Amino acid sequence: MSSNKKYWKSVEELNGNSSIVEALRNNEFVEEIPTDEFLGDKSSLSSSSTTRRDFLKYVGFSTAAASLAACEGPVHKSIPYVIQPEQIIPGVADYYATSVFDGFDFANLLVKTREGRPIKIDNNTITGAKFAANARIHASILSLYDSMRLKEPKITGKAATWSDVDSKVKTSIAEAKAKGGQVVLLTNTLASPSTEKLIAEFITLNPNSKHVVYDAVSESAALDAFETVYGERALVDYDFSKASLIVSVGADFLGDWQGGSYDKGYAQGRIPKNGKMSRHFQLEANMTLSGAAADKRVPMSTANQKQALVKIYNVITNSSVAVSLDKEFDAEVTKVAQQLKAAGSKGVLVSGIQDKNAQLLVLAINQTLASESFSTLGTRQIRKGSNEKVAQLINDMKAGSVHTLIMSGVNPVYTLPNSKEFTDALKKVHTSVSFSLKEDETASVATIAAAAPHYLESWGDVSITKGTYGLTQPTIRPLFNTKQFQDALLSWNGSAATFYDYIKANSAGIISGSTWNKVLHDGIYVGAIASASSSTVNYGAAASLLAQSKGVEGLELVLYTKTGLGDGQQANNPWLQEFPDPITRVSWDNYVTVSRADADKLAMTNEIVANGGLDGSYATLTVGDIKLEKVPVIIQPGQAKGTIGLALGYGKKAALKEEMQVGVNAYSLYKGFNNVQSAKLTKSSGSHEFACVQGQKTLMGRGDIIKETTLEIFNTKDAKEWNEVPMVSLDHKEVEATTVDLWTSFDRSVGHHFNLSIDLNACTGCGACVIACHAENNVPVVGKSEVRRSRDMHWLRIDRYYSSEDTFAGDNKKKEEFEGLFGKKGSLGGFGEMEKAADNPQVSFQPVMCQHCNHAPCETVCPVAATSHGRQGQNQMAYNRCVGTRYCANNCPYKVRRFNWFLYNKNSEFDYHMNDDLGRMVLNPDVNVRSRGVMEKCSMCIQMTQATILRAKNEGRAIVDGEFQTACSNACSSGAMVFGDVNDKESHVAKLGEDDRMYHLLEHVGTKPNVIYHVKVRNT
Amino acid sequence: MKKVGNHNSISRNLFFSLAVLLTFSLTSIAQTAAPAVADAAAPVASGGDPVKGKEIFNTNCAACHKLDAKMTGPALRNVSQRREKAWIYKWVHNSSDLIKSGDADAVKVFEENNKIPMTPFPQLSEGDIDNIIAYTSEPVAAPVAAAVGTAASPGTEANAGGVSNDIILGALSLVMLMLIVMLFLVNNVLTKVAKANGISVAEKEPTIPVWKAFAKNQFLVLVTSIFLLLASAFFVYGYLMQVGVDQNYEPIQPIHYSHRIHAGSNGINCKYCHSAARVSKNAGIPSLNVCMNCHKSISEVSDTTATPDHSKAFYDGEIQKLYTAVGWDKDNQKYTGKTQPVKWVRIHNLQSFVYFNHSQHVTVAGVECQTCHGPVQTYEIQKQFAPLTMGWCIDCHRKTDVKMEGNEYYTKIHEELSRKYGVDKLTAAQMGGLECGKCHY
Repeated sequence: MSSNKKYWKSVEELNGNSSIVEALRNNEFVEEIPTDEFLGDKSSLSSSSTTRRDFLKYVGFSTAAASLAACEGPVHKSIPYVIQPEQIIPGVADYYATSVFDGFDFANLLVKTREGRPIKIDNNTITGAKFAANARIHASILSLYDSMRLKEPKITGKAATWSDVDSKVKTSIAEAKAKGGQVVLLTNTLASPSTEKLIAEFITLNPNSKHVVYDAVSESAALDAFETVYGERALVDYDFSKASLIVSVGADFLGDWQGGSYDKGYAQGRIPKNGKMSRHFQLEANMTLSGAAADKRVPMSTANQKQALVKIYNVITNSSVAVSLDKEFDAEVTKVAQQLKAAGSKGVLVSGIQDKNAQLLVLAINQTLASESFSTLGTRQIRKGSNEKVAQLINDMKAGSVHTLIMSGVNPVYTLPNSKEFTDALKKVHTSVSFSLKEDETASVATIAAAAPHYLESWGDVSITKGTYGLTQPTIRPLFNTKQFQDALLSWNGSAATFYDYIKANSAGIISGSTWNKVLHDGIYVGAIASASSSTVNYGAAASLLAQSKGVEGLELVLYTKTGLGDGQQANNPWLQEFPDPITRVSWDNYVTVSRADADKLAMTNEIVANGGLDGSYATLTVGDIKLEKVPVIIQPGQAKGTIGLALGYGKKAALKEEMQVGVNAYSLYKGFNNVQSAKLTKSSGSHEFACVQGQKTLMGRGDIIKETTLEIFNTKDAKEWNEVPMVSLDHKEVEATTVDLWTSFDRSVGHHFNLSIDLNACTGCGACVIACHAENNVPVVGKSEVRRSRDMHWLRIDRYYSSEDTFAGDNKKKEEFEGLFGKKGSLGGFGEMEKAADNPQVSFQPVMCQHCNHAPCETVCPVAATSHGRQGQNQMAYNRCVGTRYCANNCPYKVRRFNWFLYNKNSEFDYHMNDDLGRMVLNPDVNVRSRGVMEKCSMCIQMTQATILRAKNEGRAIVDGEFQTACSNACSSGAMVFGDVNDKESHVAKLGEDDRMYHLLEHVGTKPNVIYHVKVRNT
Repeated sequence: MKKVGNHNSISRNLFFSLAVLLTFSLTSIAQTAAPAVADAAAPVASGGDPVKGKEIFNTNCAACHKLDAKMTGPALRNVSQRREKAWIYKWVHNSSDLIKSGDADAVKVFEENNKIPMTPFPQLSEGDIDNIIAYTSEPVAAPVAAAVGTAASPGTEANAGGVSNDIILGALSLVMLMLIVMLFLVNNVLTKVAKANGISVAEKEPTIPVWKAFAKNQFLVLVTSIFLLLASAFFVYGYLMQVGVDQNYEPIQPIHYSHRIHAGSNGINCKYCHSAARVSKNAGIPSLNVCMNCHKSISEVSDTTATPDHSKAFYDGEIQKLYTAVGWDKDNQKYTGKTQPVKWVRIHNLQSFVYFNHSQHVTVAGVECQTCHGPVQTYEIQKQFAPLTMGWCIDCHRKTDVKMEGNEYYTKIHEELSRKYGVDKLTAAQMGGLECGKCHY
């Protein structure tokens, strides 16, 4: 049935005469389609002989040709030296000894170079070289290859030559002389005998000039105190290995207090020997590495610390200065003081209170104790800055009396609290020069931004402690058009010599009995030290002044430096940014740390959200008239009530990749160079997404992961009691887990069998091993958002656990006493409680890397046999075999396998060092750079053990103990990590394996790991 | 049928005789070349023995002197015509004394040669010097002699062999063709004879063509297609497995460097140039200063080095490329300081996930370079000899005994392992040389 319905296209059809209706009938489109626009003019189109078929042929052919051409392998060029330097053999690493001091960190180093490029920092272990590299020094190798470095000198922002710079500065100096203006050299602490001499010469030549030393993070109080007593601006180099009792009043000496680097001596005394180990009391506000290591930690505000210090002073010196210490601390502090007095010369007290009086009391107490750890010989020269002189300089600048300002190694525009004032005053300075690695905040406002070389490209000398003399030598030719401050100074002094000549000449007078070549080879020279004479000081007056000092109003803000970034000069270093803070385990951020009580009061929260990331409230932090908006909050167990902490070194913007511009600048709150400020904290809206690598805080009473005991139990009880062997059920009988085995064991008695031993007593959580592992194994940086998704690539992590009760032992006890699911002792509620850390918890660190299980669960589940076991004990990972099923990671009880979710090198999505040619120069050529879709993990540095074996084979000799090393054991200065061959029965690690304290992680799983741990003993 | 058999044997005889003929003709060609070598250089005596002189010259003088070109010292051809013998004796025995004495000629020579004093040779007797003079007084060798010399050089002979092989093959195929034609003709003649004689040739019964029969037999079709599928799969697999395997990769290099001349003819030890192979992961391409150790005094190849493929001028040009790269001014015997590093094309490219160390194989295991790199001393241009696949590595690790004697590192391990396996010799595999992690990290 056909329909008679007529379908209308438009109303126009009503009108039969409409032109549109007519047009629509004939043409589908009313208007002509503008084909000319994309087909060109008709004439050329019709004249073309290319038909549609031809076109398709061409397309097909060119596609085929392109794919065929792509099949051909790439051509690699190989360019040998024209004249090969005698010492360099391609493929063989060279090591150069050097000593470094960058104004904040210092160390005696061996720099590993391959084909002329430095790729790794190792510790110099020669006698006399006592300062090991920390995480930042290990990472500094990457800062050398920073693509954001200042590559040439600039005058008012425009590229210039060095002769332009020299003539401009010389003219300015002459003009200053003529006009009577000041020439000021503003530098970081130099600790360099030659540079100091050079500056003295400069001042002699230009009497209108002066030298101001400025430390971004000031130690002025301790320096002033020491200067008052001993007439020398220096810091005491404590030897904690000689102490049986260490009392620290707010001094994070395992962190950056007075330069740090105390781990080695401290750890020596912490390993129980003949039933003895040192005892460590820590009174502090923020939770620090030292606090975590302490046997007894008392959280208290700085105001209370001052009172406590006076109280201890009273006890030690039998004085009676009136003290107003909060009652709750009274008993504890008295106990500490009495124990310290009893310890006598075996005791030592240190303090980080930035108050000259407090520091005077420290000297008084240690003098009275006649502490063996306290010596005024061989003092540290690494901080010289004077707060007063810096303040004076800014006043001079404001008054317009500074004509020329020459800066080196400082970034006052970023680090000064009154940075705005400085910037304004700088406008009154005629010429300003800033020698800097980066075009940082200061260099970009200075008249001349002078490109300075990295320490691995420069000559220098450094006297870290009095009586030692280290040489800094270049390990690579300058990458850019840079000039050392000292070389520039020499030319301004009118000398034609280079700084190298100058040091060489100058060192002759210092290195008596040795030669230049020997010192250069060793990297360090130890000379005789003259003793300092002390003068009498009225300590009593200092004590009463300190006792009268008032606490702050509101919250007490304690500024500190983080293990990762320190003073912030390496903020563009992705290794350090991604390094998780040892305490909070948060990377890529700074944040204000608040105690649980204060957080509850302010309604601030931290929570783990659905994707596993940690979110925290934002706060507004007000100090005086300065307000920091949107500061993320971390609730920190152990934070003293009424105090908050904030790390310096973040919030930098200049010469930083966008990803690194994280955090807030706490220097703006660092008023009067005082790390304690009165602050106000208010909650603001929104929540911050942290990149925290450890969600869980406590051990939940699982004492078999970190085994802890007290010295008393350790000394009196049988090892089976405090180092329990886990039991499993076999044929319905309880037997020791180590005796049960599902698998047949391989014979490992022949050849080498590697073990890595980790002593939890010696581990301070410093993180040097983590960065050393990055450098050695080409571990990629994944960025903040990936870390938040738990996709961090760290092969070695340092787990941090808090106790939920006051002690870990309390946790274990609580867990054991659970009865049933519900009720008071029910495990359901009980475990919920145990998830929360105590207000002042015990803290333990545990470095965890691949445990190289002899019966590895990962190996059995790999469908392609990409991971297999070597007879030397290493669990091997063949990346080229891996297809990325991730079964292994799921079956690993230790969760140490990391998966490459993305391509992290040569990928602009991950714009870190592996994305540019310069940054890739740091890669270790002996280790593969992994690609996307591949599982990776700690290899126990098989490239290093293989290299050691090969060296011995080449030389035709047996291997001696200590030769086998991994990157982490090499970097560990505290001696916590020991690596070696257990088939060599005399080796250190074999003996550690026999120790009573030895245990394996998750022993009941039966994986038989090749990494061993040692029970942590606390001397409470 | 019988007759056909006869014809067959005739053709076989023919074939053999032709082959024998050709073989003999080849030998005779080769023999004619031999006597030409004998009369290469006729001695031109002038009071000394030029043959002995040449010997002495090569041991003592050739480092700094050439007959026809200036090197560190001047060219020495016909030196006796320029200087008196007595003067030459004095000069050779102690040139510095002569210069000090103020002899005008001596001072002039000294200054002309960058004031480099000549090493004194007091051990050379006057007779020896006479012999050298006799050698230097020989006329320049005639180009004919050079041509003969070239023909006699081993490289050319091999090449000549190649040419005659082609001829033989050509001749053989010609013979084959002739035989086919002959057979065809004979067959025709026989048919004709048969017809003439009235012998009837049996007609062939019409049969099904083989292919049709084949197609009808389903079983055969199935078996064949399975076979074909398997065979093609085998070849496809074989093809895919060689993707990325660059065996015999022989790229053109910026400088035509001949291992044949250096390692072959001159017998230079591989590790003289590739010294890093002893101590390093890389064998190392020698830096140009290593080349200059010899090439400072070897600025041209000898006439005998040239081959039909590469003339002397070609090789000399390649040496000149080295001089340009290293910045050596041949005429003034000085470095100019202008260098252009040589961009060699890398031949052996291991993937980044494979760790290979030369010193392990060269120094520790004492493996000959040729084991992996092939008969390098015969290569005009270097190429990749081994496939460099993992199977190839593993194969060798399975078969090769570890060289443990005299290496103290192995003492204990060897003792324990040989007890474990009950053998005296241990292969690399038994030492753990097959573990993934030994090469992949």
